[in-house]
Amino acid sequence: MAMVEPRSTKYRVLASHLGLLCFIALILFPLLMVISISFRSGNFATGSLLPETPSLEHWSLALGIPYTDAAGNVTQPPFPVLLWLWNSIKVAVISSVLILALSTTAAYAFARMRFAGKGFVLKSMLIFQMFPPVLSLVALYALFDEIGNHVSWLGLNTHGAVIVASLGGMALHIWTIKGYFDSIDRSLEEAAIVDGATTWQAFRYILLPLSVPILMVVFILAFIMTIMEYPMASILLVDTDKLTLAVGAQQYLYEQNYLWGDFAAAAVLSGLPITLIFLYCQKWIVGGLTAGGVKG
Amino acid sequence: MSRNLLKWGVLAAVVGMALYLIFALYAQREFVFAMLFLVLTASAVFVFVNRRMYAHRYIYPAVAGMAVFVVFPLLYTVGIGFTNYSASNLLSFERVQENLLGRSYQSESARYPYELYQTGEGYVMVLEGQGRSLRSAPFQLDGETTVGVEPGVAPAGEPLQIRDIIQQRDALKSLSLTLEDGRELTMASLRAFAAIQPLYEKSGNDTLTNTRTGEVYFPNNDAGFYETAEGERLVPGWTVNTGWDNYLKVITDPSISGPFVQIFIWTLLFSVGTVVFTLVLGLLLANLLQWDQIRAKGFYRTMLILPYAVPAFISILVFKGLFNQNFGEINLVLENLFGMRPDWFSDPAMARTMILIVNTWLGYPYMMLLCMGLLQAIPRDLYEASAMDGAGPINNLMNITFPLILKPLAPLLIASFAFNFNNFVLIALLTGGAPDIIGASTPAGTTDLLVSYTYRIAFQDSGQNFGLAAAIATVIFLVVGALSLINLKLSKVKV
Repeated sequence: MAMVEPRSTKYRVLASHLGLLCFIALILFPLLMVISISFRSGNFATGSLLPETPSLEHWSLALGIPYTDAAGNVTQPPFPVLLWLWNSIKVAVISSVLILALSTTAAYAFARMRFAGKGFVLKSMLIFQMFPPVLSLVALYALFDEIGNHVSWLGLNTHGAVIVASLGGMALHIWTIKGYFDSIDRSLEEAAIVDGATTWQAFRYILLPLSVPILMVVFILAFIMTIMEYPMASILLVDTDKLTLAVGAQQYLYEQNYLWGDFAAAAVLSGLPITLIFLYCQKWIVGGLTAGGVKG
Repeated sequence: MSRNLLKWGVLAAVVGMALYLIFALYAQREFVFAMLFLVLTASAVFVFVNRRMYAHRYIYPAVAGMAVFVVFPLLYTVGIGFTNYSASNLLSFERVQENLLGRSYQSESARYPYELYQTGEGYVMVLEGQGRSLRSAPFQLDGETTVGVEPGVAPAGEPLQIRDIIQQRDALKSLSLTLEDGRELTMASLRAFAAIQPLYEKSGNDTLTNTRTGEVYFPNNDAGFYETAEGERLVPGWTVNTGWDNYLKVITDPSISGPFVQIFIWTLLFSVGTVVFTLVLGLLLANLLQWDQIRAKGFYRTMLILPYAVPAFISILVFKGLFNQNFGEINLVLENLFGMRPDWFSDPAMARTMILIVNTWLGYPYMMLLCMGLLQAIPRDLYEASAMDGAGPINNLMNITFPLILKPLAPLLIASFAFNFNNFVLIALLTGGAPDIIGASTPAGTTDLLVSYTYRIAFQDSGQNFGLAAAIATVIFLVVGALSLINLKLSKVKV
């Protein structure tokens, strides 16, 4: 296929490359800045993009190691960043596994079974998902406060509460998985059932192995959504050593206690793994995006 | 058979636990929550016992999760919107009465300094009262105890140190000592006991009488406060239904309606602005990356996706630092290049500009990814044909690309609009709503979106007006509900 090409193409290609590179430089500026700041000494100093006096002060503090400067003063790490990272990962992994398990089984029923109220339930789930949970925070707070009086691991200031609360956001995942199940020919399972398999066996041994790609996508999406969740965690968690990264990171930048350098190191340290996971998985995520999550 | 037994056993255990929870909630007069769990348990039993509900077993956990964590909070919030639930009206009527009846005052000026001794038979309290020494019988410090004191001398040994007394403080607080003439002494401070009398006395019809001044307070069930005939109120009050009061307040009180309208308009501008900017940028970049002549597409794509890959809560805070008026790097660069130092956080227009810049940075990769996906679906022959006719890239964009992707894009644009309409995290982490609107009686900022405004009314400052916040939340629910219905119609979802 030979595209018809006007003579000006060469210049336009060049201009596009230049434009793209300039744009990327502009876009990357904040990210490069943060990496640079994390190696600067002091919390207020402004300087050039390449630090003039590189120091590992902030990195040592971010990793939880007390830092001794040249004059012999010891600075203690302001916040337990690694603990926060661990909390975030713990909460995100457990809730993603639960979300995946529950939304897969639900999607199976929605895709393969006939039952009363199916359309109604599916549609209303989609509508309810649009409502911002921030607005029901008062109610959620009261709910967990009340549950906590009777079930201690589900009360306020527990990770259990954050995990359980994140299960409310399952509708999008159910829709995504259901869409994938719909695209798989159901004659395979019917054949298995004719051969004597139960409905559960047909689901477990025929349909699930065929759906691994979409299950991966949903797991990654759920993982990223919960790790980035801020409002709910900010209300439910109180103690410093219980916080997740999204809530904790904010504590670096209070007006009265502005730890800009320490924040930069903590941000790079904790943001890097999530960014790399995302970039690694982006080719799968792109497929799942049109079905679900919105950001920005 | 044994499997059946196990099944029923597990079911019975779960139901038993659920019933315990329901009764506990009911006993605490938390009727709404008791009802929620009752409905939940009943439907669970119905679904899991009934053979005909087999399919529903698969969807039950998901639907129940939605019901408890999405639908119930929604209804509960709407309900709160019709009450005066707030920091000053937090408790139920019974608890308010309990609280007020629990208040006390020191009825006489005499205070009795004490020493506490630990003997073999238990603790012994020795009071120094009005020129003589009083002594109690040995007692244990566990829970509510009443002990008589009579003249006597201190036992042998050293009294307890103050730090031991601090350790026993809670037990000492519930201790009451009876004098020979029947007066009761309770702990007045760490070092002394005194005669304490209740401040309020309850008479019939739930009225309270102040035992010192003799003033009578009547419960006012419209306002949710104890009031005198002159309208003097006792705090705390209790929660009562106030009907449409909160909604009327939003409309009629100028110190609330003014900021509300301002914030509503800004919320609309912000959401539309974000959608337009991210779409224009995303579509442009997607078009460039789609172009056959461009090499190194993989590199460009990865670089351009980066803002989307970095966790939002980190990049928003990064921008908060970079835009800092005094030591932010952006102002440093601007000053070096153009000699200016904008007030990004104290000037409303600059703060709004900053928010739009940051949100465009955060959001364009998503639009780019969507557009890239949708551009794939446009047949190449169309461009070939238009090139034959001598059309340029702008003609192609306006006459072929845009009309063709607009239709599949529309529902996604509405979803993006709805998301940004409620983009709480951005505002909370970047500006926190600052700078404040002058003359507002509720916490309201010029960069607040409706959703962060609601959050601040509910959780920030001394106000804590949950009722008002819930009323505003209900208004937002209606707007968002309408949007999602339109979206559902536009995207023609098939079940």
